[in-house]
Amino acid sequence: MSTLNSKIPAGPLEKKWSDHKDHIRLVNPANKRHIDIIVVGTGLAGGAAAASLAEMGYSVKAFCFQDSPRRAHSIAAQGGINAAKNYQNDGDSTFRLFYDTIKGGDYRAREANVYRLAEVSANIIDQCVAQGVPFARDYGGLLDNRSFGGVQVQRTFYARGQTGQQLLLGAYSAMSRQIGKGTIKMYNRHEMLDVVVVNGKARGIIARNLITGEIERHSAHAVIIATGGYGNVFFLSTNAMGSNVTAAWKIHKKGAFFGNPCYTQIHPTCIPVSGDHQSKLTLMSESLRNDGRIWVPKKKDDNRKPTDIPEEERDYYLERRYPAFGNLVPRDVASRAAKERCDAGYGVGKSKLAVYLDFSDAIKRLGKDAVAAKYGNLFQMYAKITDEDPYATPMRIYPAVHYTMGGIWVDYDLMTTVPGLFALGEANFSDHGANRLGASALMQGLADGYFVIPYTIGDYLADDIRTGKIPTNTPEFDEAEKQVKERLNHFINNKGTKPVDHFHKKLGKIMWDKCGMARNEKGLKEAIAEIQELKKEFWKDVRVPGSLNEFNQELEKAGRVADFIELGELMCKDALNRNESCGGHFREEYQTEEGEAMRDDENYAYVAAWEYKGENAEPVLHKEELKFENIKIAQRSYK
Amino acid sequence: MNLLLKIWRQKGPNSPGKMVDYPVTDISEDMSFLEMLDVLNDQLVVKGEEPVSFDHDCREGICGMCSLYINGQAHGPERLVTTCQLHMRSFKDGETIYIEPWRAKAFPVVKDLVVDRGAFDRIMNVGGFVSVNTGGAQDANCLPVSKVDADKAFDAATCIGCGACVATCKNSSAMLFVSAKVSQLALLPQGKIEAQERVLNMVEQMDVEGFGNCTNTGACEVECPKGISLENIARMNREYLSAALTGEEKKEITGGF
Repeated sequence: MSTLNSKIPAGPLEKKWSDHKDHIRLVNPANKRHIDIIVVGTGLAGGAAAASLAEMGYSVKAFCFQDSPRRAHSIAAQGGINAAKNYQNDGDSTFRLFYDTIKGGDYRAREANVYRLAEVSANIIDQCVAQGVPFARDYGGLLDNRSFGGVQVQRTFYARGQTGQQLLLGAYSAMSRQIGKGTIKMYNRHEMLDVVVVNGKARGIIARNLITGEIERHSAHAVIIATGGYGNVFFLSTNAMGSNVTAAWKIHKKGAFFGNPCYTQIHPTCIPVSGDHQSKLTLMSESLRNDGRIWVPKKKDDNRKPTDIPEEERDYYLERRYPAFGNLVPRDVASRAAKERCDAGYGVGKSKLAVYLDFSDAIKRLGKDAVAAKYGNLFQMYAKITDEDPYATPMRIYPAVHYTMGGIWVDYDLMTTVPGLFALGEANFSDHGANRLGASALMQGLADGYFVIPYTIGDYLADDIRTGKIPTNTPEFDEAEKQVKERLNHFINNKGTKPVDHFHKKLGKIMWDKCGMARNEKGLKEAIAEIQELKKEFWKDVRVPGSLNEFNQELEKAGRVADFIELGELMCKDALNRNESCGGHFREEYQTEEGEAMRDDENYAYVAAWEYKGENAEPVLHKEELKFENIKIAQRSYK
Repeated sequence: MNLLLKIWRQKGPNSPGKMVDYPVTDISEDMSFLEMLDVLNDQLVVKGEEPVSFDHDCREGICGMCSLYINGQAHGPERLVTTCQLHMRSFKDGETIYIEPWRAKAFPVVKDLVVDRGAFDRIMNVGGFVSVNTGGAQDANCLPVSKVDADKAFDAATCIGCGACVATCKNSSAMLFVSAKVSQLALLPQGKIEAQERVLNMVEQMDVEGFGNCTNTGACEVECPKGISLENIARMNREYLSAALTGEEKKEITGGF
């Protein structure tokens, strides 16, 4: 078994990044113009990277499957973005943000990466304000902060309930400026369907023009994947309908190891499922837990209206179990606690799979207007979906799949195990360990895009200043294109009987039941067998109408679901391998008497990086041992 | 619920299109409008017919990808929602529902209900930004912004770029979209330096793209799912006038490498 080289710089933690930046190689401005970089995905990570690299002088090609880069799913992030600014004078610091993130991730993240993230967090806020991002401010004109789960300081910057939108539009505007200048060539409505590796290096991609159906070859000296997470493997999630794993999965099959695929985040506050027709779930921002109190009735099967249940008959179970953090415990803890209450028979609503999130105290304390000013758009969203007024009656919420901490394995420079191939943002595995803290996804996406990759990619590209344009008329491009075409042709010619969604829903159910909030050995083994069966059925019986050379949304979905099926199997294998509970990965066999997650640091303090070995071969596990030199590793407690 | 859908079908940009009838049955009131279309499409696929193409992505009202002209209204009958947030409880059992794409010269039809809104991106590319490179920004709190201005800028910045304003306007004008971006940046100190070039360049591009003129009917504000105010158009007109009268000759906004 080979060992992975994470290339963490030597030296003390707080000097690693600055020393590294001081010593890596640079590419001079005249040479940058002759170097092409492909960026796939235009969310916070991809958009920020594309804009920054183009500003530096590289020649960038950016790709997104949506009709505009402004629509990437980062836009839907609601609550905020963390930064260690200590504007509130409440004792925040780079070290505390680092510490909270490592602890929140249940000691399964790499110290050096997380420290760098905390270090650059303050620059992100400065950069975004300079771009004109309208963050919330107080009456003195300075920036305001709020609190988020898993921390005891106020370090979250926000723009009402639309922080992701405002940050993404900031990155999009920076991209727009470069597109206007011709330094970024933008390919909207294009989907990457494979990476092309030449002499061991990533040298381009095969993409489908989603309007004409044409298969295109694009070459570059380096390829960056910033295509987000894979939560849609569960069919129902808070991800956008188009969010998919295809780019990440394709590079995995071409040699990029996949890190910790089983680490998925189930967000505690989402609107519960209302029926079989449901196509997606809607998140209610974690920021609501600042002022909302979570409870269930103390009596089982209590069918009274929530407003008719007197105070003494309510169980504020998070405040009861975790007095120090109360309603602001981390997401994994809050989700499991909700599941525990519902499984025990205390759930509310028609389905009994929901708990209350109650704002009546906050409305009494602050007044309705103040609550509306903070959360107005979220309350409106809730009312539209459920037809209930959250100002008058508590919200009903239940956990839903929201984020994936796992992703493509990368080293300190954000390079995958394929030279010249980088992964940023949610698409990589790097910073959140086994559980991500609220308001840290936006931080990581922008840190990777604005402040990490612009430096680290130069070190790799310094070797390419004399390479010249990468030709696309080579056998490697021929072969990759041929494979892509064969697969698309298969879908069109298959003429099965069932639509793509049928298989996607089946996969989602297997994953949610057996690889969701709680997992066990028996269930995971069953899930693996069921997914293998589903895969056969899918390839035999899927029906994709229309043709190859046209706008064909069913064909797009078919390719994505085919990849989700394969990923689902790997997730179950990873979950089965990890005989411990940590963060979002909860194995029922490994819990304390009080039902808290029980880690096994002796045997599992490692990143599981999986190597693809071929269609019918077992994936191979590589371990990156995690060393904690600056933090004392301890059982997590929020009590 | 049982409904009769009359849907615009069009193979491609240059093919003729027509309304086609699709009855749907057993629709739940809790479904979103797009979930109702999902049901129809799965039925069409099984029958071997081509499903209806429509744009959608986040399905929570923020990405701006979904569109649809429903019964003669952009994003359907409800106020302040996008089509993906519209639920079937807004319709009556037995109702006939007309579903069309955005119609505007600057938004050509791609297929069925899908249109090309690239014109919006091209307007953004000529000035919808502050010319600041990554790195080197000063501490964020060195630049206080009055809360009143910051809030107004935020209200303008919530535009999702869906194009409902254009589709609704009898002149297919993009004034609400363009003015929202111009306003956001004109209200903030960061954006003031380039305010004149920005408004001149963006308005010029808007005309090049073939959007119509504004005749102040206010329909755009009514149909905007994010409630972007007409005040922004007034502000942009003011900015434009001032730039045209006092500004230097139009310059390309540049900066950085």
